[in-house]
Amino acid sequence: MLEDLSQKLEATLKKIRGQGKITEKNVTETLREIRRVLLDADVNYKVAKEFIEKVTEKALGQEVISSITPGQLITRIIFDELTELLGGSHSELKINASGVTVILIVGLQGSGKTTFSAKLAKRLSNSNRKPLLVAADIYRPAAIDQLKMLGKSINIPVFSLDEKNARKIAENSLNFARENGLDTVIIDTAGRLHVDEELMGEVADIKQLTNPQEVLFVVDSMTGQDAVNSAKSFNDKVDFDGIVLTKMDGDSRGGCALSIRSVVGKPIKFISNGEKLDAVESFHPDRLASRILGKGDVISLVEKAQAHFDDIEADKLEEKLRKNKFDFEDFLKQIKLIKKMGSLSSLIGMIPGISSAMKNANVDEKAFVRIEAIINSMTKEERRSPKVLNGNRRKRIARGSGTSIQEVNKLIKQFAEMQKMMSKFAQKGFQNAMMNNKNFKFN
Amino acid sequence: MKLFKNLNFDKLRDGLSKTREKIVNKLTETISGKAKLPAEILEELEEILVTSDIGFDTAIQIIDEVKIKLKSESDRSEENILRTIKASLVAVLEKSNSYNEFLPDIEKYKPFIILIVGVNGAGKTTTIGKLAYNFKKSGLSVIVGAADTFRAAANEQLEIWAKRAGVEIVQKKNGTDPSSVAFETVAKAIKENIDVVMIDTAGRLHNKSNLMEELNKITRVIQKQSNNAPQETFLVLDGNTGQNAVLQAEEFSKVANLTGLVITKLDGTAKGGVVFQICSKQCLPVRYIGVGEDIEDLQSFEANAFVDAIFSTK
Repeated sequence: MLEDLSQKLEATLKKIRGQGKITEKNVTETLREIRRVLLDADVNYKVAKEFIEKVTEKALGQEVISSITPGQLITRIIFDELTELLGGSHSELKINASGVTVILIVGLQGSGKTTFSAKLAKRLSNSNRKPLLVAADIYRPAAIDQLKMLGKSINIPVFSLDEKNARKIAENSLNFARENGLDTVIIDTAGRLHVDEELMGEVADIKQLTNPQEVLFVVDSMTGQDAVNSAKSFNDKVDFDGIVLTKMDGDSRGGCALSIRSVVGKPIKFISNGEKLDAVESFHPDRLASRILGKGDVISLVEKAQAHFDDIEADKLEEKLRKNKFDFEDFLKQIKLIKKMGSLSSLIGMIPGISSAMKNANVDEKAFVRIEAIINSMTKEERRSPKVLNGNRRKRIARGSGTSIQEVNKLIKQFAEMQKMMSKFAQKGFQNAMMNNKNFKFN
Repeated sequence: MKLFKNLNFDKLRDGLSKTREKIVNKLTETISGKAKLPAEILEELEEILVTSDIGFDTAIQIIDEVKIKLKSESDRSEENILRTIKASLVAVLEKSNSYNEFLPDIEKYKPFIILIVGVNGAGKTTTIGKLAYNFKKSGLSVIVGAADTFRAAANEQLEIWAKRAGVEIVQKKNGTDPSSVAFETVAKAIKENIDVVMIDTAGRLHNKSNLMEELNKITRVIQKQSNNAPQETFLVLDGNTGQNAVLQAEEFSKVANLTGLVITKLDGTAKGGVVFQICSKQCLPVRYIGVGEDIEDLQSFEANAFVDAIFSTK
């Protein structure tokens, strides 16, 4: 997420840090470079310009000159400015405590509305809401089928009508929700161009008819300069409450997030990562700003892990680590938990300092599949005490898992190394364990 | 054989009219108001170009060219500045748009196989629907393969387009190996002597190595079935996309032998300026542009008309 942008800013910031005192000249140069970084990252031309002007104003002021470490101060100023552009503070969804809450999903074609609607429904149902998905995209072929299938896969009811009347579908869905004891209505509308007056009129009507607590504008994070125009038009027409950034698991620089946020003045509420239906995160501008500056996103990683980790399971694991009893059974559980959290590459991207190191590393998501297959081919006994794994057993496991003996051997060897590291981790804490295991590779 | 014979460039111009008006209005405002060609105008030009998603470096490059060209000329009128910029932009596009016939010899290749690739939500399926309609209309038999076996209802979506275009479709259950769909589609086309095959693939972000590998496999499967196949591999780009489109073109060309681009959603205010950069860096021609959701809203791309449409005044 915003990796390239953070990498480039990181490089620029390093330049500043390497210099002694900030002169007017070298600040100007640096800011020019930052401007280029922002434009390359698809930050809108005007937004980038304003950003640079603000930073210049502050950087050339008294505080910089009197500062002991000018590099740190500039980093701070850039961080603050970025945070301000991204939204200042974090904003949650408005949900009615009683009665039906309506959430209207709008945006351009192909931005990811339908997938996000399903993800949001799942997220809300995880927090004990009873969502209803409403298929109001009557234009795109099979859009209604798509929502129905997604709804079925996550056990969320989907409301649709045979009639080609989006206004009516939206309006009737509210009664359906009330009659069926559902408390959160998520209306998935058709993608539309902001210049299409007829369709913009339709979505404005739907808003008026359903009186939603939240109107969310879904935008593809790969969007370029025009993001400000479409966001502005949608905002003028339906006065949306928040922004959803999708496809953030790609390598887009995501500069449109800064642009839209600063042009329409609405908060970015969600980040939608990947095609798995639980890959949706709340948006935290401060974290994103710190991530842009290459500081990583430990907090997000921690939270993401917490949502999935069962406390008891974690306690058990810690106990096992302490007693050095971590076995293949536990390993398999860990793999499953990690898979639930999303792609491995998205997890790695959140660890501070690691993003530049891992830039060229190709994370093989399929490695997990093979590891799982190998462990699944082991007997319970073998999983609990890997020591019994002799040649014949290894051969059988390789056959059973469709892998090779070499792969099985490699896994067993890596597992032994991991056990070692895990026990050190439990005893000395993570930092020390990493220091002592420089040669450890997970691949 | 030339497709889209009765191509109507008015529609293309309509599609791009918002773009054109914006740029031309800006140019007229800035240039006619000032006597010289000072820094402010150049900056305005920079803004116009950058906000069209042309890319910062490309914008600077174009402006530098214009500066140099104008230096030796006394004529710094609005017309001349426009003419100069236009020439520079056309030159960028022409570098990669040297061909002019779309289907060189269908009998020779029969079946003529087109693979459609791109990131999620770019407009691949819609593009296939429109292409199928055009091929069919020009008297060719067409079959489409629904090799997006991943996304919910992708099958159904293509099926509806196939019905609208009146062409055959091969589809399998969700979760099937997409290469097997591609294989069956091509096999059926060979067996039934069908002219054109189009394979729709799942949207994939270009940084997902496993999905890109899957695409590579689809390509290999098609290659094995027919010589020189796929004859065309089109990368579909959302016209709203910013600089990331350049990376998309780079990454997709690593796993598939890209032969052209289709730029979609150009009926909004997005400028599709990223075309210039991809053409200059990747030497990939733009074959079509999408200008709406109707089955007829696909236009052949033509460099001069494209640039003319951006800059010509009504």
